[in-house]
Amino acid sequence: MTTRELGRPSIDYVGLLARFAAPLFLLFLVVLFAVLEPRFLHPLNLMNILRQVSIMGLVAVGMTFVILTAGIDLSVGSVVALAGLVGAYVAKGGLDDRFAVGAAAAAGNPVILAVLAAVAVGAACGAMQGAAITRLRVPPFVVTLGGLTAFRGLALIFSGGGPISGFSPAFVWWGQGRIYGVPVPVIVFALVAAVAHIVLRYTRFGLWIYATGGNSAASELNGVPIRRATFSAYVIVGLLSGLAGFILSARLNSAEAVAGLQLELDVIAAVVIGGTSLFGGIGSIFGTVVGVVLIGVLRNGLVLMNVSSFVQQILIGLILVLAVAVDQRAALRRS
Amino acid sequence: MAPVLELEGITKRFGAIEAIRGIDFAVEPGEVVGLMGDNGAGKSTLCRIIAGTFAPTTGTLRLNGHEVHFRRPSDAREEGVEMVHQDLALCDNLTAALNVFLGREITFGFGPFRFLDRGKMQARAGELFAELKSETRPGELVKRMSGGQRQAVAIARTRLSEPKVVLLDEPTAAISVRQVAEVLELIRRLRDAGIAVILISHRAPDVFAVCDRVAVLRRGEKVADKPVGATSPEEVTGLITGAIEYA
Repeated sequence: MTTRELGRPSIDYVGLLARFAAPLFLLFLVVLFAVLEPRFLHPLNLMNILRQVSIMGLVAVGMTFVILTAGIDLSVGSVVALAGLVGAYVAKGGLDDRFAVGAAAAAGNPVILAVLAAVAVGAACGAMQGAAITRLRVPPFVVTLGGLTAFRGLALIFSGGGPISGFSPAFVWWGQGRIYGVPVPVIVFALVAAVAHIVLRYTRFGLWIYATGGNSAASELNGVPIRRATFSAYVIVGLLSGLAGFILSARLNSAEAVAGLQLELDVIAAVVIGGTSLFGGIGSIFGTVVGVVLIGVLRNGLVLMNVSSFVQQILIGLILVLAVAVDQRAALRRS
Repeated sequence: MAPVLELEGITKRFGAIEAIRGIDFAVEPGEVVGLMGDNGAGKSTLCRIIAGTFAPTTGTLRLNGHEVHFRRPSDAREEGVEMVHQDLALCDNLTAALNVFLGREITFGFGPFRFLDRGKMQARAGELFAELKSETRPGELVKRMSGGQRQAVAIARTRLSEPKVVLLDEPTAAISVRQVAEVLELIRRLRDAGIAVILISHRAPDVFAVCDRVAVLRRGEKVADKPVGATSPEEVTGLITGAIEYA
């Protein structure tokens, strides 16, 4: 054993940089946009950014659990659409007056039933995929790629191709309402992220998620129920996708089968930019929130500066690769 | 002294293959027994039967005179049989303390709301490392540790309960010479605590340095079981290879 090992560990600058790369980059973007475009810092604009990212953020929180177990869920966009439609269907009490507005829109079931239905559908989608992954031992990429097309197909059949729109004010409030000026979706996102943070950081289940992703064989030998942990992660992402689907319907006052197209890409990008390793075992909800907000800030700032949305796509792609590159460097330095 | 662990006529078949055949074996408290043999001789199979990974086809296992049947590793753990796996079964992304407690976490809280008691786990892990006289910091990530420290984490795990028997599978196979000495020291500390230790090893020098007795397996059968003082590395090597039939 060398003296260096015995003493305090030397400060790992690359590791520190990697750990705070995303928050620092977010700060840099905020300052940059604030200087280039003063309207950026207007409270209304900042609230707008948060509202825009909160639906993607809900899904990203769930995705963090899955990626921490070294898995992936490509089906989230399709689950959002399917769950949103089911929630809308329940709220309407059927498809008879699917475009109704005004007084007719208020008919149907209480909003709470719609929420429960959407969440239950999402959780069921997650449970099916989780079972296929843990019991049939099909790799998550394949299972959820199947889910991506199958749930989208189911949504298209269920909706008959058309949207369901025109909801009661109580329903729409979940997407468009505000509490003390803060949009409801932002509050829901913040609450969900806070609970998820506590679960991952402070509970036995959270530790099992990290352990499963870190070394599943070793975890199993030590009595960690790795299959239950993995299964639960897919149920959680499904459940949160269901909730996101409901809120998206409320926000748009319309549910359609093409909702959430390619959402999985944004969500995975946000989680990875937030420092969660695709190899599992490393990452945090805090990082995911930073990643989600970072994507929102980048989009919003570029729009304010009249940069084309095509350029935005290129930039987000570049940042994604850069984020992983910094992570890899840090991992190399550590080992 | 009465043996803490007794095996009688243990046989294990995998289909048509007989991995081990009619093994009788016993260990006393505070005794260190070396279990040697070539690859495929049945060392691992025997250990896994003792540690509860799988059940023997025939034969009985007794702990302190009582017959036991392990259906899974946690059964064996509950009866005080702990195993340190060859690859140590550590999660690199967790701290030393969390690795020690993995699967047996300490929590606090009320009803269904239970939270990890990191402070308590950290403190207890620190005590265990101190008992083992190991330079291991409980809060450090296992990823950043040396081979000897990693061994200490895996061995500290076995001392969470009051183990009666600890099995170590090739603990010195993949570490440096200096760290081997550290691990042998850890084994002596287990012995001094009155724990029976079974050391599976390829390395005769380690077995002769730390063990009271050595048992040799060849092609599924026990071909020798004698005090280290009554044998020599040369004889053991002959027994392993088959140059010497029985001893």
